[in-house]
Parts: sequence; C-alpha cells; structure tokens
Amino acid sequence: MTMRRLTTRPDEMIFRIGTGAFALLLILIVGGIAFELGRQSASSIEKFGWQFWQTDIWDPVAIEFGARPFIWGTLYSSILALLISTPIALGIAIFISELSPEWLRKPLVFLTELLAAVPSIVYGLWGIFILVPVVRQVELNTPSWLKSTPFFSGPPLGVGMLSAAIVLSIMVIPFTSSVAREVLKAVPQAQREGAYALGATRWEAIRMALFYARTGIVGAIMLGFGRALGETMAVTMVIGNNPQISTSLYAPQYTMAAVLANEFAEATGDIYLSALVEIGLVLFVMTLIINTLSRLLIWSMARQKRPRLRRAAVQEAGQPA
Amino acid sequence: MMRDRWRRALSHGVLIFSGAAVVLALIPLILILFYVVTRGITALNLDFFRNMPAPVGEPGGGMANAIFGSLIVTGLGSLFAIPIGVIAGVYAAEYRGTRFAAATRFAADTLNGVPSIVIGVFAYGIAVLPFKHFSALAGGLALGIMMIPLIMRTTEELLLLVPSSLREGALALGATRGRAVFTVVLPAALPGIVTGILLALARIAGETAPLIFTSFNNRFWSTSVSHPISTLTVQVFTYAISPYEDWHRQAWAGALVLVTIVSLCSVFARMATARMERLHRGA
Repeated sequence: MTMRRLTTRPDEMIFRIGTGAFALLLILIVGGIAFELGRQSASSIEKFGWQFWQTDIWDPVAIEFGARPFIWGTLYSSILALLISTPIALGIAIFISELSPEWLRKPLVFLTELLAAVPSIVYGLWGIFILVPVVRQVELNTPSWLKSTPFFSGPPLGVGMLSAAIVLSIMVIPFTSSVAREVLKAVPQAQREGAYALGATRWEAIRMALFYARTGIVGAIMLGFGRALGETMAVTMVIGNNPQISTSLYAPQYTMAAVLANEFAEATGDIYLSALVEIGLVLFVMTLIINTLSRLLIWSMARQKRPRLRRAAVQEAGQPA
Repeated sequence: MMRDRWRRALSHGVLIFSGAAVVLALIPLILILFYVVTRGITALNLDFFRNMPAPVGEPGGGMANAIFGSLIVTGLGSLFAIPIGVIAGVYAAEYRGTRFAAATRFAADTLNGVPSIVIGVFAYGIAVLPFKHFSALAGGLALGIMMIPLIMRTTEELLLLVPSSLREGALALGATRGRAVFTVVLPAALPGIVTGILLALARIAGETAPLIFTSFNNRFWSTSVSHPISTLTVQVFTYAISPYEDWHRQAWAGALVLVTIVSLCSVFARMATARMERLHRGA
C-alpha cells in the first residue's frame, strides 16, 4: 500500500521517467546500431543476396564482392586462437583458484588483468616488429615433410594466419581465465571435500569441480570467442590482409574486422560501402549471438549457485580491468 | 598399485601444467612491456610532445597534434557518455527489480560486447555520411558509445554499496526520491562513479579501430570538432605500417605513452574503488 502511494506521487514519477529516459537511451543505441547497419547494407543485400557469402572474388574496381574469404579468416583465426588460449586460460584459472598460495593470488590476478589492459594497437605493433620476424624464422626452418601438409605450406612470410592466431590467443586469455576463475570459486567447497574423502587425487577433485562448473566454463570460453571474432587492430597488422581461403597457417589471409579497418575510409561508391557495412552487420550479429549465449551460460551457473558470483561474473564479462 | 601410481602421476602432471600455463601467459606480457618500454623510451623526448609531424620521409618531428586530438576526441566522448552512463546507472540501481531495468542492463552488456570496429561503422553512418566529411565529433561519438555501458554498470554496482541508512535518513527528513539520490546517495558514491569513468577511459584510450573512419587523421593542428583530427592511436597505426625507420621509432614512443595512460587510469580506478570500499563496507 505504501509502495503504491510512493510510486504514484508526481515527483517520484518525474524522477522515474527522467532517469528512465537515460536508461532507455542504451536500448535505443543498441537498436540504432542494428537498424543503421541494416539500412546501410540494404542495397548490397538486395544486389548480391546469398551470393555475397558464397563467392571468393573481392574486387571493388570491378564491383565484384564475395565475402567468403573474410568470414573464413575470422572463424579460422578465432578458432585457432581458442585452441591455443583455452588450455592456458583454464590452467591459469585452476592455478589461481585451487593451487596458488594466498599471497600470490592477488598479484597473479593483477598481472593477467594487465594482459587485457594493453591496447590492441600495442599488440599489433609488437606483433609486426617482434613476433612476425620470429614466426618467419620458424617458418623458414620448417622441415620439408611438414611443409607438404596443407597446414604448413606456402612461402615463409611471417605475416599470416599463424601470427594472427598467436596474438589473438594472448589477447583472449585474460577474458576466459578471469570468468573461469570466478566460476570455479562458486563451486561449493563440500564438492572438493567429498572428492578427497573418496580418495581422489588433487587433479581428480579439480576435475570434478570443473565438471560441476561446466556451464560457466563453456560460457567463459564463448566469451573469449566473442572477443576474438571482433578483434581488429592487432589482427589487421599481422594477418597479411590477403583475401584467400587457405588451411595453411603460413598463408596471409584476411578477417571481417580487418577489411573494415583497411578499406572503409577509402570506400568509393555506394555499393562498395554497402558491401562493407554488410560485413559489419554480420560481424555484429555473430558477436551478439555468441555473447548472449555466453552470458546466459554464466548467469545460469551463477543463479543456481551463489548470488555473489552473479555480480562478479557479469562485471568480468564486460570488462577486464 | 600401478593404477594408483598412474593417478598420482597424472595429478602431478596437471598441476605442473597449470603452473606452466601461468608462466606461459606471463612471458608475452613481460615481452610486450619490455619492448614497449625499451624501444619507446629511446624514442621519447620533449620534441615528441612539442613538435608537429615532420614531412613524409623526413626524420624528426613529433605527435603534438595527435596528443591534442586524442584529448579532444576523448573529451567529446566523455561529455555525453558520463551523464548518460551515470544517470542510467542510477535508474538501474534505484529500480533494480523492474523489468525495464533488466532490459537496460541487458542492452548495456550487449553494447559492451559489440566489436569497436562495428561501433565505428555505426558512428560513420550517423555522423560522417550525412555531413560528407570525417570529424572529431564522429570519433567522439564512437568512443562515447563505448564508454556508456561501462560507466552505467559500475555506477549501478557501486550505488548499491552505499548504506541504505543514508537514503532512509534523507527520505525521513522529507526529501523526495530524486533529491535523496542526487544530494545524498550519489555524492556518497562519488569515488565509485569516478572508478567507472576511469575504467571507461582506460578502455577507450587505446581504441584505434572506431577512429580510423570517423575522426580519420590530420597532419595539421586542428581544433575544430567538425573537421578530421589526428589521434595518438591512429597515428601509431599509420606510422607502424609505414616503411620509414624514424616513424617506427615514433610509433614505439606513442605506444609507450598509450600504455602509460591506460595504466595510470587503471591504477587511479583501483585507488578510487579502495576508497569507496573503505568508506562504506564497514557501515
């Protein structure tokens, strides 16, 4: 009764509507992004249809636009990055939450978060001048039996899929590991004690904790995937920017984000611009789906376990620092 | 017996692996910081901050205009992102249980996950295309959009740390809800809001992708918000992929400045959070 009276008071209504209008802005911005990308890419969608994602020739001069190499490059580089980063990120999460002595915990959390704070452009700079020459050396010294496989063929350029996957994996590690750490923290201590009581070794107890936390762990990995898909500068600087579909790690390739970074400012002609926006639209939808799924998984884990986690996980999901 | 030994060996193996994973992740971090500091510091001098870029191919020159431009673009972004983020955060904290607050929170988390390059495409569509030229304002718009969700979520989280007795006291004295929030609760949460702003700044200070085709670049000193403007990050990018030795040197110097700014923002944010917690945790 009191609550009802309170909410119908005029000054209360003004406050609610006034602050609510600002909150509404956030929804409008997200809606606006979707609408604007859809509107700008309409002419490209209309002109090329599904053909756009099924052909490989990207030739703005001849007004030929096939975006398959970009989606290939984005998916291939992100999946490779996950293959490298996931075991490392989970290892870090296990070490910090299960094994590390108390005094070491905080510094380690700080250091892994620092990895997320380094700007993408700095990763790119480091990639070009430090990592790429090292990768080139490795490529030069690849034994010939390995070079005949489809994964290691091609000239040793240094720039290419391998460099991109390495840089991406470093950038993704802090996101996956911080959420995985929070999720592991939410596993009840009794779970581990029970395992030990049954004679489990340390790893077996940890494996049970991982199994208990599996939804959250999958959410953490997907969060990293979402980050990798949209990562732009560092990848643009080391992947070689060549629109081709190749399984070779040594081949210079291209990603959706990279083609936007390189060509958008110079795109002449409406259809060229529209084609680029369509790539942006698809990138937007892909990350939207992956991030939403990831958040739902982390949430569902958090809701059934400890309320404390929900806040922490959501915060980490958004921001590294 | 054999089985037990195997189980124990496996356990040790995994534990060693997890320790190795920590080391493995710290190696690139140390390498990156090492190269940024050593290469940056040798290239960093007063000229870097004071001089304009030298003509193409000529050695020397600095990034004075880019540093100024970064301040302008970041300032423009903060100008609209801070009020929107803070007030939306107030709403989400005050009406925590409502469906609309949940929808806003969802929108904020979604916005947070949108790749920065896509936000750049959006800003291009609404602030560059209609006016037919790149502008500092469009860059500020892109960065501001990236700041809003972060500021909102931190404001919301930290408003909840303010003890309810403060608000109840104000309400009991006859204050309206708006007055209680804006004159009592919000000031008490000020360190928390500062944290949110600093975290948002730390995140966007190093952003390059959304600026390439919004604020673009400019070789000259520009103070106009409706013209293209140079920024530190775009300048580092341009120099890094150029063929000139001296520009590479300056790119490292720029990277060092960026890493320093981002670290300072993070450290101050941490200090503000600690202060906030000292103030209210015990209460």
